[in-house]
Amino acid sequence: MTKIKLALYWASSCGGCEIAQLQIGEKILKLVEVADIVFWPVAIDVKYKDVEAMPEGSIDVCLFNGAIRTSEQEHMAKMLRSKSKILISYGACANLGGIPGLANLYNRDMIFNRAYLETQSTDNEKKIIPQTSYQVPEGTLTLPEFFNTVRSLPQTVSVDYIIPGCPPEEKTTWLALEALIENKLPPKGAVISHNVKAVCDDCPRKKNEKKVKKFYRPFQIIPDPELCLLEQGILCAGVATMGGCGAPCPQANMPCTGCYGPVRGVIDQGVHFLSAAASIIDSTDPEEIEKILDGIADPAGTFYRYSIPESLLRRARIK
Amino acid sequence: MRRITIDPITRLEGHGKIEIFLNDKGEVANTYFQVPELRGFEKFAEGRMADDMPQITQRICGVCPEAHHLASTKALDALYHVDPPEPAKKLRELLYSAFYVTDHTTHFYILGGPDFIMGPDAPVPERNILGVIAKVGLELGGAVIKTRMRNHHIIHMIGGRGVHPVFGLPGGVSKAINEQERKEIEEIAKESVEFAKLSLKVFDSIVLKNKAYVDMIVSDGYTHKTYYMGLVDANNKVNFYDGKVRVVDPTGKEFAKYSPSEYLNHVAEHVEPWSYIKFPFLKKVGWKGFVDGKDSGVFRVAPLARLNAADGMTTPLAQEYYEQFYSALGGKPVHHTLAMHWARLIELLYAAERLLELSRDPDITNPNIRTIPTKTPDEGVGIIEAPRGTLTHHYTTDERGVIKKANLIVATLNNSAAVNMSVDKAARSLIKPGKEITEGLLNRIEMAWRPYDLCLACATHSLDGPSPVTIHVYDSQGNLVRKLGRD
Amino acid sequence: MSWEPKIVGFLCNWCSYRGADLAGTSRIHFAPNVKVIRVPCSTRVEPAFVIKAFQSGADGVLILGCHPGDCHYIEGNYKTMRRVPLLKKMLAQFGVEDGRVRLDWVSASEGEKYAAVINDMTEKVRALGPFKLNNGEGQHDKD
Ligand code: SF4
Ligand code: SF4
Ligand code: SF4
Ligand code: FES
Repeated sequence: MTKIKLALYWASSCGGCEIAQLQIGEKILKLVEVADIVFWPVAIDVKYKDVEAMPEGSIDVCLFNGAIRTSEQEHMAKMLRSKSKILISYGACANLGGIPGLANLYNRDMIFNRAYLETQSTDNEKKIIPQTSYQVPEGTLTLPEFFNTVRSLPQTVSVDYIIPGCPPEEKTTWLALEALIENKLPPKGAVISHNVKAVCDDCPRKKNEKKVKKFYRPFQIIPDPELCLLEQGILCAGVATMGGCGAPCPQANMPCTGCYGPVRGVIDQGVHFLSAAASIIDSTDPEEIEKILDGIADPAGTFYRYSIPESLLRRARIK
Repeated sequence: MRRITIDPITRLEGHGKIEIFLNDKGEVANTYFQVPELRGFEKFAEGRMADDMPQITQRICGVCPEAHHLASTKALDALYHVDPPEPAKKLRELLYSAFYVTDHTTHFYILGGPDFIMGPDAPVPERNILGVIAKVGLELGGAVIKTRMRNHHIIHMIGGRGVHPVFGLPGGVSKAINEQERKEIEEIAKESVEFAKLSLKVFDSIVLKNKAYVDMIVSDGYTHKTYYMGLVDANNKVNFYDGKVRVVDPTGKEFAKYSPSEYLNHVAEHVEPWSYIKFPFLKKVGWKGFVDGKDSGVFRVAPLARLNAADGMTTPLAQEYYEQFYSALGGKPVHHTLAMHWARLIELLYAAERLLELSRDPDITNPNIRTIPTKTPDEGVGIIEAPRGTLTHHYTTDERGVIKKANLIVATLNNSAAVNMSVDKAARSLIKPGKEITEGLLNRIEMAWRPYDLCLACATHSLDGPSPVTIHVYDSQGNLVRKLGRD
Repeated sequence: MSWEPKIVGFLCNWCSYRGADLAGTSRIHFAPNVKVIRVPCSTRVEPAFVIKAFQSGADGVLILGCHPGDCHYIEGNYKTMRRVPLLKKMLAQFGVEDGRVRLDWVSASEGEKYAAVINDMTEKVRALGPFKLNNGEGQHDKD
């Protein structure tokens, strides 16, 4: 049997997705039995131009993690798309824009100003901002330019499968790889996860009617260990998030923050979560409702923790 | 003018590029260590809930999420003026010790160490973990993998998730452990201590017993006399989780000692137009450019710096090695960059011993792990020793705990000026007119930054994700003459 | 041609839609800027509809339902009452000004109120100026 040609690539990523891929441990041996890794910048010294020279479709499968923030990453996404028969978006950053996507609430100038001019420890009297091209006495130094808006991989090129998570849990990664090894991949377009219903479906906490008079931050109460966190007033994204992770967060007494993305059939995870949160408010009095809503001081960061770029809103409007 | 570019530097957890310019004679004119990314965490933290920061900021880096998670959690303790119960602090430190064991192991055997263990002239295909296993034996190779996996298991158990834990809260941690879990941790800790001892033995037989290596370690090309920074406990002993930041001058004398809340009096960051990362320096000495010595505010962090900045280790075996380290290298402080590998192994042993101590602490299974904050949040700083150096998180919030300002001085960043200098110096001592620039020579230049265990995902918290570095060498006409790494 | 605000109005079939009818048949003058979409109940207006209206070029979105207690489906408008303020709060973080989304109650007999709400909102949105969601950035390549 000819081996599967596998490529792994990272764009705007924290490296956690690589660690997660390594975390499959001994199973990696099973993988290399059937697959040749043809491109993996973090571990193997294959040059970009070698990939550029490969014929269209010559990579069987590419796992791509990280969001798209620079022209270089966009270029790599497009190139790997054309070289790969199957392009898999791996992890929340690639799938949804991820936590770096929170940057879409601001813009490039605001980010630069904060980093290079305003931060309390910065000593920059001359108000120097890094330049994409800068003349030093010895020559010209260049830096890549980056986009004003973070984008997800599916917004950049068409992808064939999605592996959810920030990072994907080991079992989710393995589910996908096993399907690949056994040539049992589902129809294109699928999100690969053990459970396409909500995280609540994985969660062992007891569920009753949800009605709350107050929202709490996780540190403000010691939650009942058996009961659903949302019922206890802690905003848990489990209701609006695809399962398959096994609900590790609620089992560690912390709410789900939504890293597995929207449940099947929902396009916008954030407003889905928002509607669920609003529906549990136990009041019919507008003033009281306002007061209860004071308990949600950062709706954007709560409902769209990982998914601003992939949402209907995509980015904030900056005047 | 000739120019050498190293881009991207392989086996480095992040993006980076080194540009080396040569003059007409073919000598090094100047070196620039560039980081091409920035992600803007300090900006988009604004408007978020402070208590979401442990989980948001750890996405700066998937290699050391535990460090960000806990620096952030400690900043929240300060922000909410709350003191967590002892068992909670111990659980945090326990998880952190397990993390140190995995991280230092990864660096020594997989990332920075292979060049060093294999020697700079080893053929490229051998300068990696597989080469290391061939050299040290399959058994140790297996132990490397096992140590990493089992300590990751501890992180999962306490932190709730393997990569990107969720357990940190202002005033404590979200989950206690039971006796059965404790026993399992104790077993892993015992094995980890043995593994650390074995690693030091390997180091001793491969490196220290080999004169060529020792000569290279102490050679001037890999030496910088700088200030050093590290976290110490009340007795000035190394501590990764808590304490005060101590800075020693190039002669080893205490220069400053400060609590987290005072960091702005001591550290400032310099901006250069040619890199997205900033260059921290000691405020009281001032930024004098990329130079070492007492008059330059450049300081170093990470394993070597931590040992230099402290008076010793609290665990018995690590203390023995600490003493041996300084007696072998001619007393304190040690300025040799390559000695950082050795220092890292001593820290590995300390982390394993500390893990064992904590796993045997009768308090560790105590379910009293939360103090509920009652005060109004305003401002808080949290400092922790990340494997790659002192990590500072500083938040200012409104009375609801919504972030108004966030400032992060990330571990790797503290070494950015020193890395630039180290590469420049190594290049100057190695690149000579008329001498061919070989792969081995460029690799020797790479060896000047490998010990720092750069994590540019971290350094760029502030454009983009990790991806390894490149060296470019340019001649005096600006033509590219050599290139190492990927393009 | 000078710019005219475009407002999408989601009107509950049981009350406001009839209120609008009444305003029309009573020849009460009101601004022509609202494009009316009839919905079976205010609660049918999912937050995604509001965002999609903006995406399709609206400068403002108006949701009108039955007065609290009068919902044909009993609980419907209470749900709307909880959801819309939270949505507005979040939209504010995305740079959508307060006046661009409005929830109000208009019964079948309140033709006058209907006209007043329409006129008031039109003027407020006019004052805010034209709206472009997400600065027109970050769009899918596909669209
Ligand atoms: S999805 Fe999560 S783990 Fe993966 S790169 Fe993004 S932030 Fe890191
Ligand atoms: S809302 Fe959260 S805590 Fe409740 S059942 Fe769902 S996942 Fe579990
Ligand atoms: S519980 Fe939620 S946040 Fe936690 S791993 Fe699952 S999807 Fe991600
Ligand atoms: S029927 Fe009119 S708001 Fe429900």
